Amino acid sequence: MITPIELFAQQAVNGLSLGAMYALLALGFTLVYGILELINFAHFNVFMIGSFVGLIVLQALGIAGQSVVLHGAPLIFALLLALIVTMLVCGILGVLIERFTLRPMRGVRGPMAMITTIGVSYILYNVVLLATNAQALNFPDPLATQDFDIHHVVIRAKQILIWIISLILMVGLDQFVRRSRLGKAMRATAQDAEAARMMGVDVDRVVSTAFFAGSALAGAAGLIFGLYYNFTQYSIGYSAGLRAFTAAVLGGIGNVPGAMLGGILIGLIETMSSQYIATKWADVIIFSILILVLVFKPAGLLGALAPNRS
Amino acid sequence: MSDIPLLQFMAVNTYYGDLHVLKDVDYTINKGEIVVLLGGNASGKSTTMKTIMGVVQPRSGRVLFEGTRIDQSATAARVKRGIMPVLEARRLFPRMSVFENLEMGAYTRRSKAEFAADLELVYALFPRVKERRGQLAGTLSGGEQQMVAIGRALMGRPKLICMDEPSMGLSPLFVEQVFATIQDINRQGISIFMVEQNAAMALSIAHRGYVLQTGRVVLSGSAADLAANPAIQDAYLGEMVVD
Ligand SMILES: Nc1ncnc2c1ncn2[C@@H]1O[C@H](COP(=O)(O)OP(=O)(O)O)[C@@H](O)[C@H]1O
Ligand SMILES: [Mg+2]
Repeated sequence: MITPIELFAQQAVNGLSLGAMYALLALGFTLVYGILELINFAHFNVFMIGSFVGLIVLQALGIAGQSVVLHGAPLIFALLLALIVTMLVCGILGVLIERFTLRPMRGVRGPMAMITTIGVSYILYNVVLLATNAQALNFPDPLATQDFDIHHVVIRAKQILIWIISLILMVGLDQFVRRSRLGKAMRATAQDAEAARMMGVDVDRVVSTAFFAGSALAGAAGLIFGLYYNFTQYSIGYSAGLRAFTAAVLGGIGNVPGAMLGGILIGLIETMSSQYIATKWADVIIFSILILVLVFKPAGLLGALAPNRS
Repeated sequence: MSDIPLLQFMAVNTYYGDLHVLKDVDYTINKGEIVVLLGGNASGKSTTMKTIMGVVQPRSGRVLFEGTRIDQSATAARVKRGIMPVLEARRLFPRMSVFENLEMGAYTRRSKAEFAADLELVYALFPRVKERRGQLAGTLSGGEQQMVAIGRALMGRPKLICMDEPSMGLSPLFVEQVFATIQDINRQGISIFMVEQNAAMALSIAHRGYVLQTGRVVLSGSAADLAANPAIQDAYLGEMVVD
């Protein structure tokens, strides 16, 4: 028999895995919002594209379907290659989206830029819908189905992999934003773009960097989605994207540690409410939380709501 | 060589959309000078500073720095040439540490050795800034923030510092300190172009001045002449004139 504590621990393990994926995705919303005060809806489907890029790379390596299982160095090589290619392709896609659809209307007031991101998102969605005939595709599962069973709490190898990838990427981003010259320019631009410019910061370059980093992380999240659920399709961007967006708002949009915290919390809330209430209620609960946060703590758990100009 | 002005405005016209702010404006700032820009509210003083920094571009006219046209250059290029701002209301990066704010001042300067030397100079000028270096800039008092703002400008090793109302919102004690510091900095060879509401004090440390009225230069001359000018006394000095 599984005890209630073991059941809870199992859901915590699952929630942390989902949460890590949401956190990676939430970071992209937060990086861009922090600098441009723009909610980038194209981000949803950059994530979706990421899962397809990961799929293509793994298939190109001969890893197709769920029967090819790798170990050791070939496994690490395949996953690392898929991760790097996916992040690069998505990062470049994000930069191109900003450069060609958003930069021309920088400085235009009102919701135009946001509406443009919805348009771009819809284009990506439809391109993949048509290219795949709206089919769900099998995603390879090259990780040995080796599970660790600790007191009835099953930790799957791919969950450990997800934690490792997410931790490395989040620590990497945090250090980049904290310590690197460009990272400091990003923070300065988020806090006061005009003042940053007058220190000699090239704001266009900072914006490109934010789109690259955020979109590359969305790509990593897309790969993780495929590995976790063993499928992908054109429509995966919406539910994951909306949850990640909720995570960014929950943590405090514009705030990097906030996005990480928010992502983990949303992942835990999702699995816990599926376990203890009902799966079909998970979305109701998650989006009720979004509304409650917006009403009672609009700055989020850790956040400054907008670049503050005090 | 030395008679080339450091900064020159030649018939500059700056607009925000349809709003014509600077109208055929001429300024000359020579090397080593402190020049003060006086003028009522909305007369275009801050716009002058923004035009120098390249945050707004003039629609016509020229801006020259050391004889080279800069009015079409990017802001970063002007910073690299040696122009740094001390912005209206200080505008530090509030959620970055004092040290990081100073680093941002040196953003276009890559030499680590020069950075270390400049940092020592700033810390020597403002021991208080050194004490607060790890603190978030947004948590400092107004006077301390102004020291950081001036320190941040110095970290760019500027030839010219453009200051927009450096005494605004400071207690009288800090105001005196800020003006003393500006003189100190100027004695090290850095030229200052300064917008000030506190006309009496500004004229007392400046070499020359300009008076802007609804976007036109209506008066200019030596600081002493301006301070003695009855029109200036009525408009800007009032009872603030100290004997
Ligand atoms: N970014 C802007 N957009 C539109 N109008 C502006 C902007 N900045 C300033 N102005 C207008 O330009 C005029 C001059 O402003 P400013 O140079 O800030 O005056 P001052 O610093 O002398 O008080 C004012 O009428 C002001 O409203
Ligand atoms: Mg002003």
